[in-house]
Amino acid sequence: MQSNMDYLVDVKNMTFSRGERVIYDGISLRVPKGKITAVMGPSGIGKTTLLKLIGGQLIPDGGDITFDGESIPAMSRKALYHNRRRMSMLFQSGALFTDMTVFDNVAFPLREHTKLSESIIATIVALKLQAVGLRGAAQMMPSELSGGMARRAALARAIALDPDLIMYDEPFAGQDPISMGVLVKLIRELNDALNLTSIVVTHDVTEVLTIADYIYILADQRVIGEGTAEQIKGSDSELVQQFLQGKADGPVPFHYPADDLRAAFLGESD
Amino acid sequence: MNWIQQTGRHTLERVAACGRAGLMLFGALFAAPSLKNIPLTIRQLYVVGVQSLAIIIVSGLFIGMVMALQGYTILTDYGAEGSLGPMVALSLLRELGPVVTALLFAGRAGSALTAEIGLMKATEQLSSLEMMAVDPLRRVVAPRFWAGMIAMPMLALIFSAVGILGGHLVGVDWLGVDAGSYWSIMQATVDWDKDVINGVIKSLVFALVVTWIAIFKGYDSIPTSEGISQATTQTVVFSSLAVLGLDFVLTALMFGIE
Repeated sequence: MQSNMDYLVDVKNMTFSRGERVIYDGISLRVPKGKITAVMGPSGIGKTTLLKLIGGQLIPDGGDITFDGESIPAMSRKALYHNRRRMSMLFQSGALFTDMTVFDNVAFPLREHTKLSESIIATIVALKLQAVGLRGAAQMMPSELSGGMARRAALARAIALDPDLIMYDEPFAGQDPISMGVLVKLIRELNDALNLTSIVVTHDVTEVLTIADYIYILADQRVIGEGTAEQIKGSDSELVQQFLQGKADGPVPFHYPADDLRAAFLGESD
Repeated sequence: MNWIQQTGRHTLERVAACGRAGLMLFGALFAAPSLKNIPLTIRQLYVVGVQSLAIIIVSGLFIGMVMALQGYTILTDYGAEGSLGPMVALSLLRELGPVVTALLFAGRAGSALTAEIGLMKATEQLSSLEMMAVDPLRRVVAPRFWAGMIAMPMLALIFSAVGILGGHLVGVDWLGVDAGSYWSIMQATVDWDKDVINGVIKSLVFALVVTWIAIFKGYDSIPTSEGISQATTQTVVFSSLAVLGLDFVLTALMFGIE
C-alpha cells in the first residue's frame, strides 16, 4: 500500500448530482504524483464534470476530494484560488482569449500572478511556445490557428506557471492523426520533463492506452474498471471490453430505453 | 393544480435569478479593486462609449430637429415661438436625453455585452479564467460595468447637446426664430440642479439598470447558440421596459411634487 502522500488528487466516495440526475454515486479514484492518469468513459457521463469538481468549480454533494492532502470542497475561496495556481486545465475548445494574440494568451497567467518584468515574461513565453512548437505563431490571433494549434497554444498557457497538476479535457477530440500524434507526444514529454501530474479525460482508447500509466474507466456513475493499460486490456468485465473494442451493443445497450417497438407501432394490442 | 405549481416555480426561478444577479454585482463591485483593472475599464469605455457615439449623435440631431419642427408649428399659433429654445432644451435634458440614450445604449452596447460575455462562457473562457485563479467577475464583469456607468451619463449629455443644436438648426436657421431669444430664454429657463443634474441622475440610474441586466444576462446565459440569442433579446427587452418604467418613477419623484 502506498501512503497518501504519493497521491496528488484523491477522490473519496464522492457523490454529485445535477438536479434530478445523479452523475456520480460514491465514486473513488486516486491520481498518483508524477504519473499520467487517464479517465475514460462513454460521452455524457460527466467526465468534464469530474475535472470541474477537482478544480473546485463545482461542489460535490457528498464525499471528499483532496488536492495534495487538502480538502477542496472545504477550502475558503482564497485558499482555493491559491491552490488553483498549482493546477491547470486544458479545455476541450482550448478556451484561448479570442481578443489576444497567442503570445498575450500565454503571458496572461504570468502577468496576472507574478510581478516579473516584461522581458522575463517574453523569455518564458518564448520557451513555453517553443516546447509546444508554436514559437513562430506567437503573434497570431487565436482565430487564425487550426484546431490542433489552438490546443497546443492553450497547452503552452496551461504550463506557463509551471503547475503541479494539469487536467486535459478531451485533448484528442476532433484532431487529425498528425495533431493527435503531436498531442500524445507533448502530454507524455511535458509530464516527464516538468515533473507534472496529468489527468487525461478522453474516450480515445488507442491513444490513451499508449501514454497512460494508470487508467480508470467510468460508467453508471462509478468506476467499472481500473489498472494499467495491460490490466485493462485483460479485464474480464464485459462493460470494459465493450468500451475498449467499441462494440455497438452490449452491457451499454444500443437502444436508448424505450417502450417495445411492436407495442408502439401496433397499439397496446398485446 | 398544475397552474399553481407553474406559477410557483416561475416565481421561485425569478427570485433565484434576482439573487444571482445581486450576488454577481456584489462580487464584481466589492472584490478588492486592482490597478490592473483600470486599463481594462478604459478599453471597455472605448467599446461601449466611443463606439456608441455615432448612433447617439445622429439620433440626438434628428430628435432635436423634429422637436423644433413640431414645436414651431404649435407655438407659432400662439405667437410663442420664442419659447422654442426652452421647450427643446427641457424635453431633451429632462426626458429624451436620458431615456432615448438608455434605449439606444441597450440596443447598441447592452446587446453586445450580453453576447460577448455569453460567448466567453460558451467557449469556456470564463471557466478557464477561474481555473487560472483569476476571478471572471473582477476581470470581465467589473470593467464592463464601470464602463457602462461612466459612459451612459456622458452619452446622454452629448445627446441633449446635439439635440439642442439640431433644434437651433431647424428653428433658428430654417424657420426664422430669433437666435437671441432661442438661447437667452433657454438660459433663463433651464435650471442647473433641477434640469441638468436630475437628467444626469436619471441616466446614472438607467446606466446601472441597463448595464447590470446586460452583464447578468450574458453571465447567466445558457451557453448554447440558442441560449445566447435568447439572452441578447432579453437584455434589450428587459432593459427597455425597465428604463421606461423607472423613468416614470424618477420623473414623479423629481418633478411630480413641487
